[in-house]
Amino acid sequence: MGSSERANFKNPVVSWVDERLPIFTLMQKEYGVFPTPKNFNYFWNFGAIAMFMLVAMIVSGIVLAMHYTANTHLAFDSVERIMRDVNGGWLIRYIHMNGASFFFVAVYIHIFRGMYYGSYKRPRELLWILGVVIFLLMMATAFIGYVLPWGQMSLWGATVITNLFSAIPLVGQSIVTLLWGGFSIDNPTLTRFFALHYLLPFVIFAVVFLHVWALHVTGSNNPLGIDTKGPQDTLPFHPYYTMKDTFGLAVFLIIYAVFIFYMPNALGHPDNYIPANPLVTPAHIVPEWYFLPFYAMLRAITFDIGIPFTDVVIIDAKLLGVLTMFGSIALLFVLPWLDSHPIRSARFRPLFKLFLLALVVDFVFLGYVGSQPADATFLGLSLSYFGLAGTVYYYGFFLVALPWLSKNEKGRELPASIHESVLNQSKDAH
Amino acid sequence: MRKIALLSLALLFCLAAPSAWSSEAVEPPQKDWSFDGPTGTFDRAALQRGYKVYREVCSACHAMKHLAFRNLADIGYDEGQIKAIAAEYTFVDGPNDEGDMYERPGLPSDHFKSPFANDNAAKAANGGALPPDLSLIIKARHDGPNYVYGILTGYEEPPADKALQPGQNWNKYMPGHVIAMAPPLSDDGIVYEDGSPQRIEQYAADVVEFLTWASEPSLESRKRTGVKVLIFLMVMAGVMYAIKRKIWAGAH
Repeated sequence: MGSSERANFKNPVVSWVDERLPIFTLMQKEYGVFPTPKNFNYFWNFGAIAMFMLVAMIVSGIVLAMHYTANTHLAFDSVERIMRDVNGGWLIRYIHMNGASFFFVAVYIHIFRGMYYGSYKRPRELLWILGVVIFLLMMATAFIGYVLPWGQMSLWGATVITNLFSAIPLVGQSIVTLLWGGFSIDNPTLTRFFALHYLLPFVIFAVVFLHVWALHVTGSNNPLGIDTKGPQDTLPFHPYYTMKDTFGLAVFLIIYAVFIFYMPNALGHPDNYIPANPLVTPAHIVPEWYFLPFYAMLRAITFDIGIPFTDVVIIDAKLLGVLTMFGSIALLFVLPWLDSHPIRSARFRPLFKLFLLALVVDFVFLGYVGSQPADATFLGLSLSYFGLAGTVYYYGFFLVALPWLSKNEKGRELPASIHESVLNQSKDAH
Repeated sequence: MRKIALLSLALLFCLAAPSAWSSEAVEPPQKDWSFDGPTGTFDRAALQRGYKVYREVCSACHAMKHLAFRNLADIGYDEGQIKAIAAEYTFVDGPNDEGDMYERPGLPSDHFKSPFANDNAAKAANGGALPPDLSLIIKARHDGPNYVYGILTGYEEPPADKALQPGQNWNKYMPGHVIAMAPPLSDDGIVYEDGSPQRIEQYAADVVEFLTWASEPSLESRKRTGVKVLIFLMVMAGVMYAIKRKIWAGAH
């Protein structure tokens, strides 16, 4: 880190510090002059937006932690105290509560961008994998955070999700006991969840640092998916993308603010304003919206796998459901190897594009299925069949369509360079 | 490109759509409330009438432990009135210097006095059913204001083929229709001093107004702050767009 060339700074104080710790050189190199492809579209804003949301969540979360009490008798009331008696408490809590949703909105769009333009492909495989790690950590943090207000959905959501681990053979029950800190969800569960909810965001921050580091080694992908070939293809990160990101962020914040100030509870569940009660089960337990597609996959599996014509069960429905749900994310880890097609961007792969957009529709549909009661019907058929169909397409996309397309899709001709393509575009426009 | 934009829009809308509620509930009538919409505020007179309804009827069984008497300043009572209201209740405090608990009149800092000492006492007095705390009832039910209004006005005779047990009542808008709470309101049951109609519908609407304020006292300041934040963000987005255009003008 210390051996590389230093930048020149006019300010003597900056220069003095930089000689001893080249932090200004680092910032200049990585965020000032950093060469960035000049053809980004607005999908490339969502990395910066997600970064902003992470910081917003940490800052608002720390303030909430100053007023929150992690005790089953006091947690619900302490949140209400924040809403009613803490100065600006309602604002901080609504920022945090809706911030989780908007963090996921940004990250889902960011993941879609990565898939559509093939950002996971060589040489960015590790960058992508670090991103999936961040996504997993986010899911854990969000789930644990939803438990803290200790409302009905907190308690019963926690019951459903922690019980999933009991499906693991041999060690499952011990893992559940460890998560609970006892033999039921109770005060020890709440206190350890609070401790983890405070810890995990900083772990996410560390992995984000690695994610950005890896990005700055390979450089950004771009909508054409072709490598940059020289300075004519790039622009310095500042001011071009700092300003474009700030504009995109402002637009994103407008939508976020509409939720905070005008429909703060639209994304939550009314049952979470009822204090947790272990003796009363809500009619319909649902997780937060950002988990619904995965919840649908979990519930879609209602059959055991066994040896045909015998009663021998090899994998029971519960374990298979859990494996299906976690497997859907495990697939993302190996995505760079499932899709070995040399062309990155879906712009030049019409078939891949079609399958990928169908996957988006499938994912949203799974979300709808996940939001419905388990016994609901759709077009006269049990909804679990549709959940199963959606799950089959999800798996089929990764395990069948991608390897097949890698071998058989011809793809369109790639432009010679980013520069040329941008020039042609502006010529067409005039 | 356009397809993607449309898709992401569709995605956002799906995400914003509220998830379906319990299948057997009947949708309550949709009323226009003064606090609806981005500029809606509370009607102070209705809030005070609603508080009277709560105090004279609901509070016999339902606690509101998240509310303090001092909060009544929000709905237009002055300090003297709040002190007088609080003093009507007797609270157990202590221990004093001798180590004894003692009774004293309520203070503005006291929370609303619960009608029962604990949940078991509440159940014992209500035939086994627990009257829920009303501090958050509006936010704790899907479509809360219309739901509570529906329950309060939805009592009717049970259909001929449904036999009710003693202590059960039939309500159009209750999920499952059977409710332990007896019809709490009746015409002319509460005297209004401001000449408002003394009818069940009016009592129900007023108490919903009051309960909505109780579950979200920051509603008005939230919407007011929202306007300022949105204006700031829109100006910022506009300025940033102009800056971005200017910087990028020479890039291609």
